Amino acid sequence: MGRLMESPMPPVEQRAPGRWQIGTVTAIKEETPRVKTFRIELPMWMAHLPGQHYDVRLTAEDGYRAQRSYSIASSPLDEGGIELTIDKLEDGEVSPYFHDVVVEGDQVEVRGPFTSYFVWRGEKPVLLVGGGSGVVPLMCMLRHRRRTMPDLPMRLVYSVRHADDVIYEDELMEDALLTFTRDAPEGWDGHRGHIDAELIAEAGIDRGLAFVCGSNGFVETASQLVLDAGYDPQRIRTERFGPTG
Amino acid sequence: MNGFVSRGFTPRRQTPEELADRLPPGQYAESGWPVLTAGPTPDVPTDEWSFRIDGMVGEPKEWSWEEFHHLPFETITKDIHCVTKWSKFDANFGGVSMDVLLDQVEPLDAYAMFYAYGGYTTNLPIEEISDGKAWVVTEYDGEPLPREHGGPARMLVPHLYFWKSAKWVHGMTVMDHDEPGFWEQNGYNNHGDPWKEERYWGD
Repeated sequence: MGRLMESPMPPVEQRAPGRWQIGTVTAIKEETPRVKTFRIELPMWMAHLPGQHYDVRLTAEDGYRAQRSYSIASSPLDEGGIELTIDKLEDGEVSPYFHDVVVEGDQVEVRGPFTSYFVWRGEKPVLLVGGGSGVVPLMCMLRHRRRTMPDLPMRLVYSVRHADDVIYEDELMEDALLTFTRDAPEGWDGHRGHIDAELIAEAGIDRGLAFVCGSNGFVETASQLVLDAGYDPQRIRTERFGPTG
Repeated sequence: MNGFVSRGFTPRRQTPEELADRLPPGQYAESGWPVLTAGPTPDVPTDEWSFRIDGMVGEPKEWSWEEFHHLPFETITKDIHCVTKWSKFDANFGGVSMDVLLDQVEPLDAYAMFYAYGGYTTNLPIEEISDGKAWVVTEYDGEPLPREHGGPARMLVPHLYFWKSAKWVHGMTVMDHDEPGFWEQNGYNNHGDPWKEERYWGD
């Protein structure tokens, strides 16, 4: 029988899912012209696993509601709240609200943390492959690893389009490989073009656990490259962003 | 519920009135068809594909691609609802009703675990897949079902959130007890009724 996936990990812990709670935005950081990070303090904070997400719910005066999910960017060591990094989608409904309306001190309704598959639980070695804002849950893993197990082999391969699209630019160190697919900053002597087999090989994480996150097209291509690099399909976890938000 | 209002939030994406009562709570209407998959997209050639029903049944059965296409085929137009908040109205599929398949095996117990190429699983009680509620589909809009959407064949169980509609479906095991499948073990609700907003554990 094609039964449950072979799991390299112990069974998931039975955590109580979060209830809706009203958090307070305490800091907003502009990461790129299209991307901002929101620090939200929570009255019922609980530690998350790197890779988990929160649901955000907006309610209009007339009772109309819109909900979306956003990955957590901050390490669970930053207690009491979470950081959500939100890409502004022009035809979206929730992300433009965050970008154009929300200011420090505003209240927002959230619940989480949710789901326990696209999460890092300390396995090694780890290959992270992100496209655009797909880097958000991966940065949560990278940040948490840097603070808890800095010697654990984990490498990020990160693809962006334009010179001004780099999220978390000041945190990309030697454990991150960055490539620009359209235009790179002036004087850039690093990688250009789409992620390819060479760049995956350069990351130097041989047959570990891979997390691939980005748009559907990105994930299709990148997960195939990771497969081609000899990874077991069961050790490649993907998360795809839909076209709307 | 709690009277909370998001300061300065005005809806941008109004669903037309005639469709509003088809949109479950917390969902928005999407005209495209987003892809969500936990791992790489499996490649299953149709000459290697089969659908089987095993476990607690009178007689286990397996249909090859060709045998499957000799079964009564129907077109199905349904609204589909993904737990990641999008809904798609009037999605058009072609496939075989689970009633046709179950008729040929005589299930002896009340629960099923669906399994897919690539290792995905999802659990459904037999009553949730009987009486015109579920199909094994191989076509979308009259064309072969695209691979990224589960081709060559996927489940269609449109009255539940779409993770219950296993892509790249390979078969089901009839069981005498319920057991959580892949997403059901990883935080999503065991049942998944979009009208009750059964998204996560405990909802």
